[in-house]
Amino acid sequence: MKHIVKIMVLLVAISACWIGLLQTSIIPRSHTWLLPIYFIISLGCYGLLMVGVGLMNFPTCPQEALLLHQDIDEAKEFLKRRGVDVGSD
Amino acid sequence: MVKEKKNKYSIIVPTYNERLNIALIVYLIFKHLRDVDFEIIIVDDGSPDGTQEVVKQLHQVYGEDRILLRPRAKKLGLGTAYIHGLKHVSGNFVVIMDADLSHHPKYLPSFIKKQLETGASIVTGTRYVKGGGVHGWNLMRKLTSRGANVLAQTLLWPGVSDLTGSFRLYKKSVLEDIISSVVSKGYVFQMEMIVRASRKGYHIEEVPITFVDRVFGSSKLGGSEIVEYLKGLAYLLVTT
Repeated sequence: MKHIVKIMVLLVAISACWIGLLQTSIIPRSHTWLLPIYFIISLGCYGLLMVGVGLMNFPTCPQEALLLHQDIDEAKEFLKRRGVDVGSD
Repeated sequence: MVKEKKNKYSIIVPTYNERLNIALIVYLIFKHLRDVDFEIIIVDDGSPDGTQEVVKQLHQVYGEDRILLRPRAKKLGLGTAYIHGLKHVSGNFVVIMDADLSHHPKYLPSFIKKQLETGASIVTGTRYVKGGGVHGWNLMRKLTSRGANVLAQTLLWPGVSDLTGSFRLYKKSVLEDIISSVVSKGYVFQMEMIVRASRKGYHIEEVPITFVDRVFGSSKLGGSEIVEYLKGLAYLLVTT
């Protein structure tokens, strides 16, 4: 099944629940009408939260730049001795 | 009597104007893969800076059987570079990696180990988990990356944490299967590869990698890139 079909099925299922709620009036009608808006806003907030949390915990590796420099120096020395042109470009 | 088939790893490195980096990368690959049967396939798109001359010098040091120079006439794009490289692969596993040293060969053993442990069809490097990381990105860049990732995760449910990464190990047959159905270009290409693999049910594992962005100061993420990314996402949403 294509992914978009999966998402459509999910949306249809949620819509069916919503329509069911509208018809059976378990929740007062005025509230039920607003549910889709609440849902979209919650989804948006969740997304922003995930972005924020991810940004705070973004893994960085400053020591890797130093290690890379060391590796580069080591490589240049080895290669120069064996006749490979490692002049800076 | 069943003869145990030994594994050989073919590392495809597309290059364009990587005269210095290609030598460094080759040195580091040989340093970190001492007991491994491998070959490096360099697909150079007619670099004007003499990259191919440097590769020929590397032949003298490491041998022409381990370093395969398979150039093309001009810059033809990443996807076709992999397809071109694949034609010369003699291994049963293929590694793809960048030539600019943002991908460090020291992680190659961990890719290989992960694949042997799990039998995975694809092992992909991820920068976004503990043990991995990025250096050289400012806040704006991190924000865009994180936002793009959250959007892609929400829409596509890809099953991997780093969609645009291009440091990956594939079983050769799996790479051949997926690459034939991919049409995108640029980094959306990498996304399409991994999403299609996920949809086809291939076993995908991740290993943490560190990514040192050495192209300081270049604005690789302008408005047009963002639009291209969103279009790519929409395309993947509908066609995979």
